[in-house]
Amino acid sequence: MAAGRQAVQRLRVGYRIGDPLQYVSVLDMGRLWERLLRRAGLPLAYTQGFHPHPRMQFAAPLPVGYWGEAETLDIYLREPVDGDEALRTLAGQCPQGLSIESVQAVPLDAPNLQAQMREAEYRVLVWSAAAPQEMQAALEALLARDELPRSRSRKGRVQAYDLRPLIHELTYIGGQPAADGLWEHTLHIRARSSSQGSGRPEEMLEELGVALDHFRIYRTRLIWE
Amino acid sequence: MQISNDQLERILTAVQKPGRYVGGEWNSIRKDWRTAQVTLALAYPDVYEIGMSNLGLAILYDLVNRREDMLAERVYAPWHDMEAAMRRAALPLYSLETRHALADFDVIGLTLQHELTYTNVLNMLDLAGLPLLAEQRTADMPLVIAGGSCTYNPEPVAAFFDLFVLGEGEEALIELLEAVAAWKQSPQANDRPGLLRRLAAIPGIYVPSLYRVAYHADGTIRRIEPLCAEAPEQVRKRIVSALPPALTRPIVPSMGIIHDRAAVEIQRGCSRGCRFCQAGMIYRPIRERGAAEVLDAVDQIVANTGYDEVGLVSLSSSDHSQIAQIVQGIMERHREDGLAVSLPSLRIDSFSVELARLIQQQRKTGFTFAPEAGSQRLRDVINKGVTEADLLQTAEAAFGNGWDRIKLYFMLGLPTETDEDIHEMARLIRELHGLGRRLRNRRVEIGVSVATFVPKPHTPFQWLPLAERATVEARQRLLVSETRLAKVRVSWSDWDSTWLEALLSRGDRRLSAVVLRAWELGARFDAWSECYDPALWRRALDECGLDEAFYNARPRAQDEILPWERLDVGVSRAFLWREYQRALSGELSPDCRSECHGCGILAAFGVEAAERLPEAWGCP
Repeated sequence: MAAGRQAVQRLRVGYRIGDPLQYVSVLDMGRLWERLLRRAGLPLAYTQGFHPHPRMQFAAPLPVGYWGEAETLDIYLREPVDGDEALRTLAGQCPQGLSIESVQAVPLDAPNLQAQMREAEYRVLVWSAAAPQEMQAALEALLARDELPRSRSRKGRVQAYDLRPLIHELTYIGGQPAADGLWEHTLHIRARSSSQGSGRPEEMLEELGVALDHFRIYRTRLIWE
Repeated sequence: MQISNDQLERILTAVQKPGRYVGGEWNSIRKDWRTAQVTLALAYPDVYEIGMSNLGLAILYDLVNRREDMLAERVYAPWHDMEAAMRRAALPLYSLETRHALADFDVIGLTLQHELTYTNVLNMLDLAGLPLLAEQRTADMPLVIAGGSCTYNPEPVAAFFDLFVLGEGEEALIELLEAVAAWKQSPQANDRPGLLRRLAAIPGIYVPSLYRVAYHADGTIRRIEPLCAEAPEQVRKRIVSALPPALTRPIVPSMGIIHDRAAVEIQRGCSRGCRFCQAGMIYRPIRERGAAEVLDAVDQIVANTGYDEVGLVSLSSSDHSQIAQIVQGIMERHREDGLAVSLPSLRIDSFSVELARLIQQQRKTGFTFAPEAGSQRLRDVINKGVTEADLLQTAEAAFGNGWDRIKLYFMLGLPTETDEDIHEMARLIRELHGLGRRLRNRRVEIGVSVATFVPKPHTPFQWLPLAERATVEARQRLLVSETRLAKVRVSWSDWDSTWLEALLSRGDRRLSAVVLRAWELGARFDAWSECYDPALWRRALDECGLDEAFYNARPRAQDEILPWERLDVGVSRAFLWREYQRALSGELSPDCRSECHGCGILAAFGVEAAERLPEAWGCP
């Protein structure tokens, strides 16, 4: 066991999540990465304990159903490995829907990414019978509200919160006719994403009061301190 | 027809666990349909998490896809929400790899591991847009075939399948696919009955429509008659004389499944001869994989999958002649990467405790034993071959090595059982509880799981009725009342599931109408307690004019023609009857590695073994 063999290097991995991995849960994504890292045969640093796991840290968990274009993960190694070489090794072990974009060494003692997270940006595609003007009006009406009281149930407890202050930007990018008499709309969203709370695009869509056929959410940027 | 991403995306936003329905996992294989001579959909009639845990299907997937001229893809039963969404959107059931509609495949191969999945089979065929009855399917539709342990008596689902592959599929399935590929190219391609006759000539293949069953007035079978020259008098199961190389590049699921680890089969068959155990009879003879080969396979599978746990699969792990060497070898080779080893089915002896200690297993979940019966008398009846001294010594060793929890597996409703056997079971539990508290402390916990015995085809108890409900439930209560102790928890199987399993495991082909009716009434996922409604099944039986008692409550005469009479597992009827008689007189039949009891397996397959690998079997 690698116990006692401390991490000597921390690599920041940038990657994308697409079809079909947008359907994977946060817990499963952790396991998927663990197996990918083990297959890659990098000299991983492991957690201590009865059942050791490779040490890694996601910047922000990607909710089920979201596509990710700027996902970030830190991994820890017990021997230094060149970033480009690590990128090549990891790229060879990706299942369909995962691609490695970048690997960079960061200081071992750099702060925890998850704690530094502040905001995230999203591109949202919405398919709806509503025409562009109607959609745009709905967005404006939503932004005009002072508060958007909602509740979430977490671990069996219902928590009330206000969605409005979590929305930092919500803009209409454009719309085009799609199949079945629907319109395909594109929205841009910037919202809080931190351990103190996150504004989720699908909750904003619910508050629009417009009937939707279906939608797709891409997380396009993570913003940390 | 291929399902598009768009079609799927529109319905998947609204279903639970959408990862079940999309494929794309590491090591999954997408092949070009234009170059495949024959296409196979491998189907498991339950959800993804269960189906993906089945090693048999994974082996066949790998094997078929190694062939350049063949391809295999996977499909599982959609959960209720997905079924509803598919029906609303008029999407047919599709394969995970290339999302082809199931009806596009040449062959749909299901594995039948559990009787309570039968209505899911019908639901899957219906979602595929295929007629459920084999006789209604035409030459342009896929052949619907099945393998797996339930096919040793497939009569209750005979109407839905074109054929069954009996026994080990590694060679038989390839022969079948080759024959289908050749038939497609031939001038007779549109002759479905002709194809079935051709396939019936392949050893191990049972085409139920080529046999006519006639009944006596009392409902028992008068004769089972082959209808053509190609249909053999006896269909003998297939075996591979030596274990083929282990599967080392299995699919790594992207979501959690039931057995979420690498699996290496170390042994097939079991030499113990427990009389209640169908697996012990139907998977004979015993064949081991050598230690060196196992160790190499473990290294490869770990490198190819990234799993952090490997399960060594067999019916009785501690019986492998090189098990200690295997376990030590894995621990040595994988010290660095922290690979965990799991060993299911440990025997009751101190050696097993030693093995469990070595792999640091089960310290959280508890040390598991399966005494199966509570009294020595009854353990002798079922040929469990374990004494009370063995049990106590093993428990002592487990407690002594730091285990605080033990799990005990028993059966209730065994042949010749009386209340006295239940008193003994309770006494044994109390004794183990006392021992644990003496050797450890008050933290000691004992979990007792009591299943109801179901007599299975091709076992020495195949002639016996299922125990009566009132008796079983009274004994469950008796056991509970006699084991009210701190931290002893008793759980038992639900009668309504036992009853249906018994009915479907030993029934005849008239039950196909009942399975069909139950599905029409809405039965799905009968193995899931939250989905199962026994009332639907009772109504289906009534409507079909069949009587549960005829199947479950009736002892069969020695010379009665049983529904599986023409299916030959290599173990003779005479041996099974002899074992039944020995059971009644409480005579043990020791492990057949030490002495041959003439079960018939050597006569059935010995020549093949001698030609190919004489030393590979455990038979003396």
